[in-house]
Amino acid sequence: MTTVDEAGAVVGRKGLDWRRVVARHGWTIGVYVLLVLLIIGYIWALAPVTFTSFDLNTIAIGGLPLAFAAMAQSVIVISGGIDLSLGVMVAVINVLAASLMENKSFGIALLIAVGLMVVGVIMGTINGGLIVLTGVPDIVVTLAMSFVWGGVALLIMRTPGGGAPGDFQALGTGAFLSSWIPAGAVIIAIVLLAVWMPIRWRRPGFAIYGIGSERARAYLSGVNVSVTRVLAYSIGGFFAAMGGLAATATTGIGTPYAGNFITLNSVAAVVLGGVSLAGGKGGLVGPVAAAFCLILVPSIMVFQGIDPNYGQVIQGALIVIVVMIGGLVLLRERR
Amino acid sequence: MSTAATTPDEELEPRPNRAQAAVGWVIDRPLIMLSVILVLLLIACEVYSPGYLSANRIGTILQFSAPLAFLAAGQTLVMLTAGIDLSVAATATAAAYIMAGQASRGTTVALLIALLVGLVVGLVNGIGVGVFRVNPLIMTLGMASIVAGYLTVSAQSFVTGVPLVPDFVRELAVGDLIGSFIPKSLLLWAPVAALILLGLRYSGYGRMLYAVGDNPIACRLAGVRVWQVLLLTYVLCSLLAAVGGVLYVGVINAADLQLVTPYLLPSVAAVVIGGTSIFGGVGGYSGTILGAIILVVLDSLLTLLDTSQAVKQIIYGSIILLLAWLYATSTKRV
Amino acid sequence: MVSRARGYARAREHPFARLGGAFIADMSLLEVRNVAKRYGPVVALKSAELIVEPGEVHALLGANGAGKSTLVKILTGVIRHDTGTIAVNGDEVRIGSPERARRVGFAPVFQDPAMLPDLTVAQNLRLTRTDIGGAREWLERMDLTVDLTEMTSDIPLPMLRMLDLARALARDPQLLLLDEITAALPSDLAEKVFDVMRQWRDRGRSVLFISHRLAEVTATCDRASVLRDGRTVGTLEPRPGEEEKIVELMLGTTRSQLAESIESETREKEVEVVEAPAPKAAVGEPQLVVRNLVVGDDQDGVSFELRAGEILGVAALEGQGQDLLFDNLAGERKPRSGEMVVAGNPFSPRTPYEAIRAGVVLVPADRILALLPQRPIRENIAAPLYNRITRWGPINRRDETRRVQNAIEALSIDTRAQRQARRLSGGNQQKLTLARWLAAGFTTMLCFDPTRGIDVGTKRQIYALLRELAEAGAAVLLFTSELPEIQLVCDRTIVVYRGAVTGEMPAADADESALLKAAHGLGTVEAAA
Repeated sequence: MTTVDEAGAVVGRKGLDWRRVVARHGWTIGVYVLLVLLIIGYIWALAPVTFTSFDLNTIAIGGLPLAFAAMAQSVIVISGGIDLSLGVMVAVINVLAASLMENKSFGIALLIAVGLMVVGVIMGTINGGLIVLTGVPDIVVTLAMSFVWGGVALLIMRTPGGGAPGDFQALGTGAFLSSWIPAGAVIIAIVLLAVWMPIRWRRPGFAIYGIGSERARAYLSGVNVSVTRVLAYSIGGFFAAMGGLAATATTGIGTPYAGNFITLNSVAAVVLGGVSLAGGKGGLVGPVAAAFCLILVPSIMVFQGIDPNYGQVIQGALIVIVVMIGGLVLLRERR
Repeated sequence: MSTAATTPDEELEPRPNRAQAAVGWVIDRPLIMLSVILVLLLIACEVYSPGYLSANRIGTILQFSAPLAFLAAGQTLVMLTAGIDLSVAATATAAAYIMAGQASRGTTVALLIALLVGLVVGLVNGIGVGVFRVNPLIMTLGMASIVAGYLTVSAQSFVTGVPLVPDFVRELAVGDLIGSFIPKSLLLWAPVAALILLGLRYSGYGRMLYAVGDNPIACRLAGVRVWQVLLLTYVLCSLLAAVGGVLYVGVINAADLQLVTPYLLPSVAAVVIGGTSIFGGVGGYSGTILGAIILVVLDSLLTLLDTSQAVKQIIYGSIILLLAWLYATSTKRV
Repeated sequence: MVSRARGYARAREHPFARLGGAFIADMSLLEVRNVAKRYGPVVALKSAELIVEPGEVHALLGANGAGKSTLVKILTGVIRHDTGTIAVNGDEVRIGSPERARRVGFAPVFQDPAMLPDLTVAQNLRLTRTDIGGAREWLERMDLTVDLTEMTSDIPLPMLRMLDLARALARDPQLLLLDEITAALPSDLAEKVFDVMRQWRDRGRSVLFISHRLAEVTATCDRASVLRDGRTVGTLEPRPGEEEKIVELMLGTTRSQLAESIESETREKEVEVVEAPAPKAAVGEPQLVVRNLVVGDDQDGVSFELRAGEILGVAALEGQGQDLLFDNLAGERKPRSGEMVVAGNPFSPRTPYEAIRAGVVLVPADRILALLPQRPIRENIAAPLYNRITRWGPINRRDETRRVQNAIEALSIDTRAQRQARRLSGGNQQKLTLARWLAAGFTTMLCFDPTRGIDVGTKRQIYALLRELAEAGAAVLLFTSELPEIQLVCDRTIVVYRGAVTGEMPAADADESALLKAAHGLGTVEAAA
């Protein structure tokens, strides 16, 4: 269907419009290119040791919890909010899982996992609900809640410990079909396809993008803004729970302290992944790749004999430079 | 579309009922409410542990409040511009650590170097936020990583000679001025606080600070170069953080790489509790001072109650949320 | 059942039923009675009445600030009214949300289309539960085709409006609310809109047509209700040629009376114009010269001169580049080409600061742009005094007070709501913007639609002040969207079309029809019968 709209411009669509695909998904494609480059860098840094499926798996394991956290933060940021308590929520689910799953069978562990997914949703809903009901800005609420959830995590488990059945751990650390397909990656793909896609391409998803994009217009379009805001946080809570379960599976224990690292890096992954902090733009696919990028950098450094703490510097510098470039582009457009 | 029509005669507000008026009166004067809260907390401390409130104790409270008050001071300035600075803890730690490491060069030099750290970090933050229009959350988050990471990596190279906390700093941080309840740190804190309070109210820069936080677009139209205001603000914030770090290492007398990290979120909390809006344009330092003291006393109280770290955190977070809610409802009255 | 009977009885005895000859056989579609709304100290609506019958095109008229948009917001569920009743088909309703308005059978099309920029058209339709087939049908009926997978942000505004209209129609509403739909709409699309409106009426449905353009109203509407200062002051049948009568109803005074009152107010005032630290033109030279300035893409070059002591009016329809022109002059935007000269020196400001240093200051239309909402009046007015680093030191209280007081008095600003500027009425807020420049000093003032959304009384005061400023030697460039008011206050007027000057006339000749003629670049506006 070709179009000529009355204001003079020609808007055409002939088959698959490559220009449009690139314009809309350019950033995400870029991040995946970066990821591939970093993996290549990893392989190179590993030399002369050969890169095996084990190494690919290690990468997947290392980034799994952060990838889920990035997904969680993405949904929330797209809706126009932010959650600074995400890392701590991941920790809560992590310690809950580790303490409940210890010495249980695989089946029970799976049941516990499902239950914890529900817990995650509840925690997210509480965050979102508080934001909407109190009228306090999201940064302040989630900052305060990071204390509260952090305390809850400590209540459940004062020092790292607990455990999980081997089969459950294999979900995060194992391989699927071939040893070159890390189970973790498969799980991410399944969750994206089964949970996020149905939401994204239906009314709830449009509503989430809408309130992030132009809240007032969304209201005028009949969207229930409050409910949608809470929905975004609830979905975030679900992904955070997945992150916590992933942490349990990949580390085998519960750690009540890991919160801060994940929170900060989830925001970094979101920004690097092409999601606009202003809301309304971006997707989940980019931040997932960005999360793995962030994990790879310190690893590469270790192999090169560079102090991994430089990794922190690079991570920070990377975010700052990326956003500065973004800012420059915007400035140029204004003129 | 245009906004509401008006009739000049009917601009006076409708009268609220008695209860609303009373609550409104208190909330409008956050200092009173905060002072009441502080007193209540102190009384609670005394109740749980009779004899707790000694002159000595008050001095200690002030000593521990001082570093937080400096971090929170910078945070106040930044939040007034509708920004946030999550790098204050990293800057404070770096300033303290480097100062201790360079102490063998003489106290003055070491202190100047500490301030230099603050200046550099502040400049980078300010340029990022002011010139490149980067979101302050992201910019300062990134800087925090860079500073903390760099510090960890180059920790050794910052140390020349034996690392130690200079006597001057130590004395300033924990020494007593009058009796044992007015610490020497007040000698530093009081003038700086006065400068900030007066500056915010009576200087052109103070006006611009509030204006930029309230409506940066209007500022631009009025000819204000917003980036200049932001640059100066972030520089001041990091400088104040550096001073806070120096004081803190004086109190603790041991420098490590995670020194001031526990004070990051409380620095924001103190500002929020003190009544400064995170959206900028409204607030001030006086509330923040009380907020900082309240947080320190609250921490003492919770320690007294022998609560676990876990419960402490939960209560901490809940109180911040509660106070923020109170402020949110009060501004809705307008 | 009881409410139906009551509604029926009320409809019969309604006083306005005798005016305009509308025959109320059965329930009115919409009955708005005594609706009032206030925002804290500000009264937006005192007592609004509106009766819309099924099968009619009803216009809602009123000057900016009369309460039109508030009433529309109430009807579309954006805000709730405080008192009064709204009845649809005899049943009283409380419209608390846009969703509720939709269920009651109202479909709005706003001037700023409620389409989300980051979603595609199809997604927007699905979000609002619109029947996509129905929307397509309406688009086809209007002879338009749109790629529904296109991102809304890529679609130009006129097309978005039409999409919004198709979306509203697809809902099959009882009442179509068109809020300034023809603003910035090219005439061919506007024709389609009028066509649709007629079709809708012929189906027995109704349209509430809110517009500024009296020529369109008299050509397309069956009845019209006029709001003024928050009250409905009349309902009539708008006939072509009767525009002046309608204007009188809208303003509450004849044009000539308003002009007189401005004159007398001007004579009463003595305003001290603070000397700006900026160069003034030599005597006989123009203060501001613009030569072949191309203000944006798709615009021709504009040229004109502005002298000290005169008010030069700028008349234009929406989107003819006048906003870009003002932005260029104020330093907000760089022109594509051409030159500007202030007081004989080349003028190319890169920021508003540079413009202000040359004595050129801007009073924008949108108060939101210029106001510091949470700061007190004093800080709002004194803001430009500290816009450079050299002024960041301790404040000179006495100097500041003198300047601020002078400005407050000159503008008669009501200072009762002292603590936060957002508590002031719209009129007072707009005065703050003017006061700012009075206090800081200037040589050339650019006023972009300064009286938009302001009540008549304040309008009078602002216009009087502008005259006084001109008499004291300032150069004033004034753009107003209220074409009838240009004559009241300007010495000369230029008409701008597509960024170029298509007409220049002295005040005496600048009545609305002459201006409109030049503003369209063609003959008088005609709507097909």
